[in-house]
Amino acid sequence: MGSFADQLLVLVMLINFVMLGSSRMALCIRAVAVQGVVLGLLPGLVHPFSWHLAGITCGIILAKGIVIPYLINDAVRKAQIRREIEPFIGYVPTLILGAIFTTLAFVFAEKLPLAPEHRELLFVPASIATLMSGFLILTTRKKAISQVIGYLVLENGIFIFGLLLTEAMPVMVEAGALLDLLVGIFVMGIVINHISREFSSIDTSRLRALKEE
Amino acid sequence: MLYLFVLLPLLGAIVAWIVPDNRYRPLVLPAVAIPHLLMAFYLAGNAPPPSPGGWIWLDPLGKIVLLCISMLFTVCAVYSVGYLAYRQERSNRVLCIGLLTCLSAMTLATMCQHLGLLWVAVETTTVTMAPLIYFNRNARSIEATWKYLLICSVGIALALLGLLFLAYSTHVAHLEATLLLSSLKASAKDLNQGWLHAAFIFLLVGYGSKMGLAPLHTWKPDAYGESPGLVGALLAGGLVNCAFLAILRVYQLCLSSGKEIVFFQNALISLGLISMAFAAVFMAKQADFKRMLAYSSVEHVGILAIGLGLGKGALFGALFHLMNNGLTKGVLFLSSGNIHRSYGSKTTDLVRGALTRLPWSGGLFLAGFIAITGSPPFSPFISEYTIVSSAFVEGRYLIGGLFLLFLTIVFIGMALTVLPLVMGTPPVDLEESEYRDRLLTVGPPFVMMLIILFLGVWPPDALLQLLREGAALLEARP
Repeated sequence: MGSFADQLLVLVMLINFVMLGSSRMALCIRAVAVQGVVLGLLPGLVHPFSWHLAGITCGIILAKGIVIPYLINDAVRKAQIRREIEPFIGYVPTLILGAIFTTLAFVFAEKLPLAPEHRELLFVPASIATLMSGFLILTTRKKAISQVIGYLVLENGIFIFGLLLTEAMPVMVEAGALLDLLVGIFVMGIVINHISREFSSIDTSRLRALKEE
Repeated sequence: MLYLFVLLPLLGAIVAWIVPDNRYRPLVLPAVAIPHLLMAFYLAGNAPPPSPGGWIWLDPLGKIVLLCISMLFTVCAVYSVGYLAYRQERSNRVLCIGLLTCLSAMTLATMCQHLGLLWVAVETTTVTMAPLIYFNRNARSIEATWKYLLICSVGIALALLGLLFLAYSTHVAHLEATLLLSSLKASAKDLNQGWLHAAFIFLLVGYGSKMGLAPLHTWKPDAYGESPGLVGALLAGGLVNCAFLAILRVYQLCLSSGKEIVFFQNALISLGLISMAFAAVFMAKQADFKRMLAYSSVEHVGILAIGLGLGKGALFGALFHLMNNGLTKGVLFLSSGNIHRSYGSKTTDLVRGALTRLPWSGGLFLAGFIAITGSPPFSPFISEYTIVSSAFVEGRYLIGGLFLLFLTIVFIGMALTVLPLVMGTPPVDLEESEYRDRLLTVGPPFVMMLIILFLGVWPPDALLQLLREGAALLEARP
């Protein structure tokens, strides 16, 4: 089953590039939803069946695949925004940076003191690559919604690493983490809505009233 | 008993949600806070044994933080009844629900012995506070909320990555993967060093940004400056202490692992000194007095980090300072909220002569300033003195010297803002405001100021005993 999981992880990394290179919000949101569903399928492939696992799978697909994209879509509709314009760094440079980070992730993962059974799998490089892509989106985009998507990708990267040790995380903690993420996105959606009403734009580079003179 | 303790504020939140009337809703806050405080005192004396799985246990460190949070929250709750009476133009439903949910999460954080659960509790406090910073509903407060939400969320996400590294280090060592503090402590020596090291870095960065250690403090001045005084008090005294407790837990693990502690202590000391330096620079000529308080908070988390980093005798000082800082920040934020209400401004070019216009709030603000800068006879003096003297006793003259230097600069910088604000003559063309000092808005911070004075002059034996027990948990045993 390991090889199928690896293929899914490659898919996850490809989705990172879709998000890094696209200016269309709708596409980015759909991409992050697909990424969430793929991540939801992964635990079932690497660990033997248990009710705990089934619960996690359902919870993740429901939260990352359906509820969170719905919340972001809702915010997009209310703020009437379709495209990211003029990111701090252009799309082609971010794609190249993304490629460099992904390569570095593979090199770096080789050097880590991993447990022998994880050495052959793509989990760790995929995790680092996704984490870095999330950071890249978070820091280079101006629109509040793109930043939320970046945060989600970052969380996904952390989540991939967490897949290596689902047994360490009791259900309660996992459910709590997922719930916190959900509520966090919900609050962010509301805040975005207010930003767009207050500034008639969700361009976060306009948020600059508060600074030291 | 402990579960009831966490559920009580949640129950209050539901009641606050149901109550339709804006005028009576704030009464739920003290109705929850006072029993909460009584229970906190009771539990500090006779804590129940650890829960069967070992997840929930109120140890001395948790007790110290719990007492501080509960006292601060009770004072804020009583104050909020008076304060929100002036803010009837705005629905306070979200505020009341958010405060109570946050209290529940903070209470849970104090008794977690499972690092994963602790993470969930700290993250919950972050999310529930966000709508409260946005209480004033203007462009500035939304900017502050967005910065707070994004920086803290990313910081907390990094802490989660640190936790996963920690769990992975047990996996590499062929032990059962767990995040339970007691089992991790027992096996800390056998864990994989590389992963452990990475875990500690990520946990420090993650919880450090939540706590507001420089250079990860950038959200702090904005969030503290734009939120109502009452929310600022809970951010500076409640959330900071929860994040510090999380760092204390990581510190306990470092101690057990043996080798890592020196690195962790040095990292804490450098972050602490950087925080104090940042605060000293930005405090000077700060025209906005709420932002000034935020930098004072950056300074004091720096002091906490240095106290923890020095270890030995300074540990007692750090734990005592955690409590003193929380309570004193409460006085400062609540009285600054009153001054802000009365003048309708929070910059020093408009706000002058608060002592004439608002004798009580102005006086409390002045007293709070004297206390927070570490002047006797207030209790922050004792804790800061303990940390400095321990630095010199241990022969770390450079750290002690820099500590004193930054304290002096901060004192001068803060005095340059506070003294004209409080003394001086009020501007003549000032508009009348409906705000007056009343018992409910002045009484609670006044009581808290008395507690600070009391703790400074005659600290109760039970508290000192508790602090010593807490410090013993953080002491390296050969």
